[in-house]
Amino acid sequence: MSEKTLFDKLWNSHTVADLGDGVALLYIDRIFLHERTGSISLIGLEDEGRAVANPEKVFCTMDHIIDTVPGRSDTTTMEGGREFIEMTRQATAQAGIRLFDIGDQRQGIVHVTSPEQGIVLPGLTLVCPDSHTCTQGAFGALAWGIGSTEAEQALATNVLRVEKPKNMRVTFDGELSAGVTAKDMILHLISAYSTSGAVGYAVEFAGTAVSILSMESRMTLCNMAVEFGAFTGMIAVDEKTVDYVEGRPFTPQGALWDQAVKDWEDLKSDSGAKFDKEIVVDASKINPTVSWGTSPGQSIAIGETIPSPESFTERNQNIATKNAQKYMAVTPGTRLNDLKIDAAFIGSCTNSRLTDLRRVAKILQGRKVAKGIRAICVPGSTKVKQDAEAEGLDQIFKDAGFEWRESGCSMCFFAGGESFGFEERVISSTNRNFEGRQGPKTRTHIASPETVAASAIAGHICAAADLEEV
Amino acid sequence: MEGFQTINSKAIPLLLINVDTDAIIPSREMKRVSKRGLSEGLFAGWRYKSNDSRELEPDFILNDPEYNGAKILLGGDNFGCGSSREHAVWALHEYGIRVIIAPSFGAIFYKNCIRNGILPILLSDQNIEPLSGKELKINLENQLINDDISFEIAPADKEMLLDGLDDIELNLKHVDDIRSFENNDRVKRPWAYL
Ligand code: SF4
Repeated sequence: MSEKTLFDKLWNSHTVADLGDGVALLYIDRIFLHERTGSISLIGLEDEGRAVANPEKVFCTMDHIIDTVPGRSDTTTMEGGREFIEMTRQATAQAGIRLFDIGDQRQGIVHVTSPEQGIVLPGLTLVCPDSHTCTQGAFGALAWGIGSTEAEQALATNVLRVEKPKNMRVTFDGELSAGVTAKDMILHLISAYSTSGAVGYAVEFAGTAVSILSMESRMTLCNMAVEFGAFTGMIAVDEKTVDYVEGRPFTPQGALWDQAVKDWEDLKSDSGAKFDKEIVVDASKINPTVSWGTSPGQSIAIGETIPSPESFTERNQNIATKNAQKYMAVTPGTRLNDLKIDAAFIGSCTNSRLTDLRRVAKILQGRKVAKGIRAICVPGSTKVKQDAEAEGLDQIFKDAGFEWRESGCSMCFFAGGESFGFEERVISSTNRNFEGRQGPKTRTHIASPETVAASAIAGHICAAADLEEV
Repeated sequence: MEGFQTINSKAIPLLLINVDTDAIIPSREMKRVSKRGLSEGLFAGWRYKSNDSRELEPDFILNDPEYNGAKILLGGDNFGCGSSREHAVWALHEYGIRVIIAPSFGAIFYKNCIRNGILPILLSDQNIEPLSGKELKINLENQLINDDISFEIAPADKEMLLDGLDDIELNLKHVDDIRSFENNDRVKRPWAYL
């Protein structure tokens, strides 16, 4: 069979050796590290007296532990955080690895800054000790999250032993309704096919509704492939991909660029390529979607009512629903619109890029966050922040009542530092609504940035389309 | 890593079921950017009277002077279950543990042991009890405890432990493949190299 999927092409072109039993030694083109799980790999290597094989292909950023308050320093609200920052600085300097440190314009959340700097490119393999590395598959790259020990392996040897996942294609056909975003697409998919729907698969997103998305929205879609259980997500290369990549600091130039663009033409699944599993979703049926529970799969369209545990016949599902509803303090039959919120968060590697902020600013313009609600915006990278400020977006956010922060992961997750309050209800543009994810007993509803902004204004969960005119 | 040698040591009986990795090393003890310095936090919740004082809890078996320097730990069913944190194994290894004998292990914990120079041995409850506090000799080569009790281990795991190999060393066995891949690839995809 000569027709190949995009994933097979990426896999084959990086296979150094076939080790049998479906395991291959894969060549790794780029390695990204951050101060939380990356520093330990570097220090581990050093302890073993090993060197980083090719420091020029390794990049490191500060995102997970650093504070995002204006005027930040190495001091963190997380106890012991400073050590992570200082050790990362030392270890990267010693290994000769580029570090995007505090104060560097390139600093940002790894999955925002890597594409922005042209570090991920179509046709590359990229790994990072971070589960949302799949975000970068939006560029027709093979990008996936690994553990700290695996990162050591990649750093020292340029290869990883990987068991080959199966091929899945998810096709979003038809046209999205106005106000429906990539975030709603992925939440819709995961709620329909469960958080384990893609376990054991590499997932290619395709279809008219995907091609029409901007690169930034494609990243949102791929970001949550891991929440679907996938090894990774990816999207074929097209003109938009090439346009996005061109002229970035680390993209090839001149003759190398010309050759690259030519090579990338083949980075799509051949027509007639066989997938082990295919899912087709009618994009026109998707509505703004928000999670009600403690797993991204527990999501519904805003107008729908929260399901009863009894509606799930499978015992584990039934119990999971009960537990989630208890934690979230929601009851079956409630409409999401009726849920009052305490806080709103715009940020994370899912939805904190410039186009996200622009769309939010449009909604916030001339409006105010409802009384008593804490609203925070954390741009995905220092560059996003600066670009947004150059357009005056920061002023719109601030006028509406949002805190405007420095870039980082911030309250996407609770590392022992800053968090939302005990039992507070937060609407968040992030990707995980696990118990305690945003702080002890914090109740997280994940949604598109538009829905987060609209809810902040309304004071309860609300779709942007349902806001009163200004 | 050093290859696994024959171990002679007293066996510390910690015969509880479901000892999870949170108990082996609590989250609050993992605030360092290192695989080192974790042994102090090993079993911290059980080993110390209070979190802050670090005053030893005399009733906890590891604090019994009789087991000073012991390298063998006896456990109950499902030893090392729960969170995948490799820190649990790093802490045990640094403390000096080289062998853990239990009726069953958490799957990830088991792999992490092999990867970090600790031999996990599967033995039934009835066979473990009588070993409590005894001086044991563990020979991996012959897969024998005290020359008379035999145990099973997957050949690849045994090899990895005996040779002290890690994933990096296994990869480096393919160093020629990696070189030739790179040489070809630099010609084919020059734009991919920085
Ligand atoms: S923003 Fe959140 S999900 Fe993304 S890398 Fe940071 S902590 Fe992980």
